[in-house]
Amino acid sequence: LEVALLNTAFIGRTYPPTPGYQVGREKIREFARALNDSNPVYHDELVARGLGYADVVAPPTFAVIVTRPAAHQAITDPELGVDFSRVVHGEQRFEYARPIVAGDVLTVVVRVDNVYTAGRNGFVTTCSQVRDLGGTAVVQVYATVAVRGAGT
Amino acid sequence: VTADVGGSLPTLIVPITRADLVRYAGASGDFNPIHWSESTARTAGLPDVIAHGMATMGFAVQAITDLFADPRSITDYGVRFMRPVVVADSAVVELLVESQVTVVRPDGSVGIALTGTVDGQTVIRGSISITADGARSIPTSQP
Repeated sequence: LEVALLNTAFIGRTYPPTPGYQVGREKIREFARALNDSNPVYHDELVARGLGYADVVAPPTFAVIVTRPAAHQAITDPELGVDFSRVVHGEQRFEYARPIVAGDVLTVVVRVDNVYTAGRNGFVTTCSQVRDLGGTAVVQVYATVAVRGAGT
Repeated sequence: VTADVGGSLPTLIVPITRADLVRYAGASGDFNPIHWSESTARTAGLPDVIAHGMATMGFAVQAITDLFADPRSITDYGVRFMRPVVVADSAVVELLVESQVTVVRPDGSVGIALTGTVDGQTVIRGSISITADGARSIPTSQP
């Protein structure tokens, strides 16, 4: 049995903002359909406008489309030492400033909050700040991935 | 109806199949093969293909978001993944989502604890914060 050893020098590391991701109306609908979520505010722009939104609104977990690849800048860096075949998702949290709406252009700044070992498993926690084109916070996303030690 | 601490929200049952995982992979961009390839899952030490944690999280939250019209109502949603959701070929897994009001704050906003189980085993535990406006439309049974 081997302990998953990770490079703690990554703690506090921050990555440059990701290129803008334009949130498409059909992408929101596709994501909602994939979750079998028929809530009209995700599908019908008239319903969304009736609630004061410019266009259809994204489901609460939609931000992961941009934060996952952003966090992978760190997770997949060979220097960090994560064996990606042994990664499982530990925790996930969204703190919303406002819902994501079709037409938004989102950028993500990722910070590695912690890298540690507990038992034979390694853990990496990241915080992803998602902002719109004007630089205003949209959602803050915290993720913890666990790396199972070999033989576990 | 005003939410009361300890009050239960309506239970949600979500059927999950392998096709749902493939659809979620495409929609989310998470093509990790442990979510669609049995041989890869087994090589990684898993009993079979498992659902994306984020799919489970996205299914589970509907127990709450189905209750109000305005997505602004949700201010915070966090979960811990307790156990993988194993989805065998041709199986229909039933995710049972139960939730309860854990706190009602002076401003009327509420905190909700959510638990997702499959075959009686907890797979996800979460907490959600809802604004006072959202909380007003939540039907809860008495504690």
